[in-house]
Amino acid sequence: MRKLSLKLPNMILLSMAFASGVALERSGTIVFWTDPYNYPELMRLLFQHLYLVAISMAIATIAGLAIGIAMTRPSLRRYCGVVMYIVGLGQTIPSLAVLALVMSFLGIGTKPAIFALTVYSILPIARNTLAGIKSVPLSILDAARGMGMRSAEILLNVELPLAMKVILTGFRVALVINIGTATLAYLIGAGGMGDWIFSGINMMMTDKLLAGAIPVTIMALLADFLVELLSVALVSKGLRLTEE
Amino acid sequence: MGVLRFIEKNLDQVLFLSSEHIFMVGLSLIIGTAIGVPLGILITKKVNLAKRVINSANIIMTVPSIALFGLMMPILALIGEGLGKVPAIVALVLYSQLPIIRNTYVAIKNVPTSVRDAGKGMGMSKWELLREVEIPIAMPVIIAGLRTAAVMNIGIAAIAAYIGAGGLGVYIQQGIDRVYPEMIISGALLVSLFAILIDGLMAGVEYLLTPKGIRLEKMLAR
Repeated sequence: MRKLSLKLPNMILLSMAFASGVALERSGTIVFWTDPYNYPELMRLLFQHLYLVAISMAIATIAGLAIGIAMTRPSLRRYCGVVMYIVGLGQTIPSLAVLALVMSFLGIGTKPAIFALTVYSILPIARNTLAGIKSVPLSILDAARGMGMRSAEILLNVELPLAMKVILTGFRVALVINIGTATLAYLIGAGGMGDWIFSGINMMMTDKLLAGAIPVTIMALLADFLVELLSVALVSKGLRLTEE
Repeated sequence: MGVLRFIEKNLDQVLFLSSEHIFMVGLSLIIGTAIGVPLGILITKKVNLAKRVINSANIIMTVPSIALFGLMMPILALIGEGLGKVPAIVALVLYSQLPIIRNTYVAIKNVPTSVRDAGKGMGMSKWELLREVEIPIAMPVIIAGLRTAAVMNIGIAAIAAYIGAGGLGVYIQQGIDRVYPEMIISGALLVSLFAILIDGLMAGVEYLLTPKGIRLEKMLAR
């Protein structure tokens, strides 16, 4: 009985995978993907999507880290509360609204989309960098200072490694949201996998719809998983052990 | 100023779309709470289930919203509800699960053992302990989870306009299609204001539902 209860979730997963495979075949999605006219289009849209995500995430990571680090420096610390408040407020604004606002001021195309994605992704990264560095215990900072470290050294060797886990969580949240929002970027003319999803909805073509929705879903799940792997590599061993 | 004039001119429609938006978000939150909070409490008692439930909720959260609508459409189309409010509310309920379940779980797990022991020592049954001790102490964190879910759902409900669910997203959708900036901006601003308003409101509820003792403790800790 006990063995069965352990096996059951795996069996359910397996049968779900099987069922979704059948569903993909029946809805014509696989035929849609392998169609000689659609296949290059799939590659093009995937590339467009990844391009949007990669550029905006690269800028957002640098900017977010910079804001987070700057706000914890002694000279700027008094603005910390205000910045945190603004960042928190910014995060409550829906992604579609951000895209729509950016579009009505900057027009359509790839550049406005990247701008919107970047602004939207900075928020979680900056917030978590700030929170991560702030949560480093004072005693550890004192110890580092007592060892004669300069503040740049403290930042690089003490604060950032200790905050790394929280920073990576922010990065992961930003990345997953970014991939989802990049789907909406189609609406302001930036292409990406959203093209097939929205066309599929408008034309009531289930195969096209699924052909767009499934790659985006896989992309998001994969990104989530990869950042988790990254955190194994980047978070120091001692911290990981205390977690467990 | 075109935006204000637009809203003034279409006030009836604005109110109607807002009420649709509130209806979708409100209903999904009520259903989401009814499922998520009991589930969160249940998995504090069954630890081996906890990881699995939270991971599943996490996976749902990771799926981009418009992709989830897309994935659900063919399935819900089997019962004739592929488009409209039903898939939107189903998706909103699914999305609200992670913050609600996780916060409930964490909050109840973090009730100090000493407090729980004190309750047991007073002769409370398990059910009483849950109702009189654990839930009140966990309340602020549970409400914080609801707040996250509410703000997120407002954003996703805006996207649901594309599957014909109505709501304020309709202004963004039609504005983009018609290249009508006033319409886009008023839609985007109204949705954003709505989200910020609900965020503030829920923060107030969070404060009010915090037991007095804990509120005092927090104030002293500062």
